[in-house]
Amino acid sequence: MEGVKGLESDLEAMRQYFRSGKTKDTAWRQSQLKGLLLFIKENEKHIFNALKKDLGKHPVEAYRDEAKLPRVALLSSAELVPEPLGLVLIISSWNFPFGISLEPLIGAIAAGNTAVLKPSELAPASSSLLANVLPTYLDNKAVKVIQGGPAVGERLLQQKWDKIFFTGSARVGRIIMSAAVNHLTPTVLELGGKSPAVVDSLASSWDKQVTVNRILVSKFGACAGQACIAIDYILVEKRFASTLVELMKVMIKKMFGENPRETNAIARIVNQQHFLRLKSLLRDPAVQNSIVYGGSLDEKNLFVEPTILVDPPLDAAIMTEEIFGPLLPIITLDNVEDSIAFINSKPKPLAIYAFIKNEKLKRRMLSETSSGSLVFNDAVIQYAADSLPFGGIGESGVGKYHGKFSFDTFSHYKAVTRRSFLTDFWYRFPPWNDYKLLLLEATYNFDYLGMLLVILGLKRRRQNSGGM
Amino acid sequence: MSTEEENQTVFDVAAASMLTEELRDVFASGKTRSYEWRISQLKSVIKMCDEHEEDIADALHQDLSKPKLESIVYEVLVSSEVDWWYVVQISMLKNSCALAIKELKQWMMPEKAKTSLLTFPSSAEIVSEPLGVVLIISAWNYPFLLSLDPLVGAISAGNTMVLKPSELSPATSSLLAKLLPEYLDVSSIKVVEGAVSETSALLEQKWDKIFYTGNGRVGRIVMAAAAKHLTPVVLELGGKSPVVVDSGIDLQIATRRIIVGKWGCNNGQACISPDYIITTKDYADKLVDSLKKELETFYGENPLESKDISRIVNSNHFSRLTKLLDEDKVSGKIVYGGERDEANLKIAPTILLDVPRDSLIMKEEIFGPLLPILIVSEIEDSWDVINSGTKPLAAYLFTNNKKLKEQFVMSVSAGGVAINDIAMHLAIHTLPFGGVGESGTGSYHGKFSFDAFSHKKSVLYRSFTGDAALRYPPYTLGKIRLMKALMTSNLWTILRTLLGLS
Repeated sequence: MEGVKGLESDLEAMRQYFRSGKTKDTAWRQSQLKGLLLFIKENEKHIFNALKKDLGKHPVEAYRDEAKLPRVALLSSAELVPEPLGLVLIISSWNFPFGISLEPLIGAIAAGNTAVLKPSELAPASSSLLANVLPTYLDNKAVKVIQGGPAVGERLLQQKWDKIFFTGSARVGRIIMSAAVNHLTPTVLELGGKSPAVVDSLASSWDKQVTVNRILVSKFGACAGQACIAIDYILVEKRFASTLVELMKVMIKKMFGENPRETNAIARIVNQQHFLRLKSLLRDPAVQNSIVYGGSLDEKNLFVEPTILVDPPLDAAIMTEEIFGPLLPIITLDNVEDSIAFINSKPKPLAIYAFIKNEKLKRRMLSETSSGSLVFNDAVIQYAADSLPFGGIGESGVGKYHGKFSFDTFSHYKAVTRRSFLTDFWYRFPPWNDYKLLLLEATYNFDYLGMLLVILGLKRRRQNSGGM
Repeated sequence: MSTEEENQTVFDVAAASMLTEELRDVFASGKTRSYEWRISQLKSVIKMCDEHEEDIADALHQDLSKPKLESIVYEVLVSSEVDWWYVVQISMLKNSCALAIKELKQWMMPEKAKTSLLTFPSSAEIVSEPLGVVLIISAWNYPFLLSLDPLVGAISAGNTMVLKPSELSPATSSLLAKLLPEYLDVSSIKVVEGAVSETSALLEQKWDKIFYTGNGRVGRIVMAAAAKHLTPVVLELGGKSPVVVDSGIDLQIATRRIIVGKWGCNNGQACISPDYIITTKDYADKLVDSLKKELETFYGENPLESKDISRIVNSNHFSRLTKLLDEDKVSGKIVYGGERDEANLKIAPTILLDVPRDSLIMKEEIFGPLLPILIVSEIEDSWDVINSGTKPLAAYLFTNNKKLKEQFVMSVSAGGVAINDIAMHLAIHTLPFGGVGESGTGSYHGKFSFDAFSHKKSVLYRSFTGDAALRYPPYTLGKIRLMKALMTSNLWTILRTLLGLS
């Protein structure tokens, strides 16, 4: 690991490289993006293996979530010119180490920046693959991967960046934004929160089945719930709760088998610290008593069984902190409409999922709640919609990306105006007098008649002098 | 009549907390979200400007400490740069409101977004919603405009808000504190007057956005306070806005535009004022001569006595500026002006030629009537000079050379750039106004003001049909192949895979 001096000179070299203009060149950007694509294609097996090592992920889950590349358009108009910011820092998280590292990197490169990527040390196999193999596909003078934990992170944060893109927890998000103050560096913070799924009392068995399928895959099938947009908890009417639970029990077995620990159908918990955190969420006897399915823990294998709870106490940690694991609390309400007030009593989440058919309730959800995104009748899938900005609000984050928004987030849109030497408003210039002021006012308001009147000497008073 | 003491309630952290609680409740009631509420507030802002133009002019005059002009009566010819300054502010503000009123319906409409094969079938849109409770901290140099222009944005986006006008323009601050409650919805729009301690009390609260106009030092304080609550910020700061002057131009026109942009804008005390000039050795003398000539035409032989020159805002800034002039390295470089009148806080338009790059005057934003000129051998050397400093809010170029124009736009990074004029981009509401790097973050004006105070929420509508089994475990090799094919969005590949040919 290099010392601060080494880091600083490396970064200075990158800034010089940026100043040379190389990264602004369209051909360069295209070659880098092609390089990234090639990296993914040629290293698919290695990527799957790294993910398996880090998280015990099934390849399909990994592929689905990690191997996408958006199409990005370069936009330029005569008046608004996008330009790269310069040297940017991308800090990614451990749960989707490739996707969350590469997607922002794509945006940064497409926008013409130089970039340093710091993958999460909690996914060491993935981090190592990115650090050792990715550079062989890209221009090393422009893109560097630096491995390490909090100490390295801190050193990086002391440097001057033109943008910092961070995916992770709100706690660290605050540290990042505070560090960014020193150089007035703008930040994108992709954080999390408790993303609820509101489930209405559905009549049709088809709808019920689809709903349950989507909920289960969006909780237990999303890195075992360790995803910022995974469903955190469910809100459902009392009269429908048991139906929902029974359906879920059946489908969990169908999807993840009788013995999910053996079949690798569910990712494991990333490390012991998080395992113990989840274990402690279940420690409270009242919470224990609310478990209706699952609940078994295997510390040696860092495995937590898909677990359903009904009405754990609202002040327990499992209902006040982001769960980030395969524990699914179901909170029952008298009326599904009460879900709105419930959601609003908590910090704004990254996503709200509403499985409802009632059009009026849909409209209320839309206008009375606030979240990064809102999805009707599905979950997690908004991540795949490249034309929608992806990001949080309030505690769930600042800024957005995906698709063209990635390009935008790593660009500065510079306003450009051009004038000729031909025309000028002579009354723009001092010495000032009332005549000039009258003309000026008329011009500002595009009041051509007013201008004419002033010139003809027919208008001597200012507009709205009616105050006298 | 209550005494001065009784009126003196300290605005401390507790008071700030209560204030934001109140605004949060009002916001939660949904009152500020309706189109009708927003339009009514915008119309009231215009009404306030119309009905109190005189009072606004008075306050602005006072803040520049000009003696109150007895003849505010319009029949008499009154000349003053101050009038120009207030006409600009009021006109621009009314335009802002009028634009918002005209376009608000469109701005509020959700934006349809395309959907891809991966989410088929679905429909998607981006919905603008208000952020909630916002804080606007304004500056002293255009105290009226810089308080109300952001306010217009916050209102049009449907928020509740607190405005903290600058204490360095006390008459305007106090007028705003008096008028806003009379014309606007006082439960949703509050004015808090004060200085450091009141601002600090406000900054400790949790806001959904903070909009600050001012300098980088305080900008950092604002951002640090915001970081504690993960509050997004817009920081409209400043910097050293350079003017590159090429040869082969219409020198008289260029000179006039530069002069108006510098000394005609609050005597250089404006964020987008030209800070310094860069030109070639050969052209420098011509430029200086032209500047001297035009300056005399505008301000006469004794500019300190011209009514069209604003004073420096206060003695702190006056000392700061005279210190820049008196530095040994530059005091011999003055080729025009340099006169000062400490009693009236006036400094004459001053030009310095060929100042050293490491002089004080070239280190920080001048924000005053001093114009240093830097000499380069080739005009293209200007780009490196500019890029060696922090990114400015604006950069200007005067040239007729097409290639130079393109080089300038491509190599100089600034909030905004203008060719052959100064500050024009400010007035074009279809262009975002804001900085980059040290000159700021975020932007506003026109629809960008609405966007600055909105949250763009992604909304995806899915139906209960159209689910592919491949989405769900248990996962098989067949599913992997199909998923790969889908990712390429290549129909031919998908078809082949489905048919088992891949």
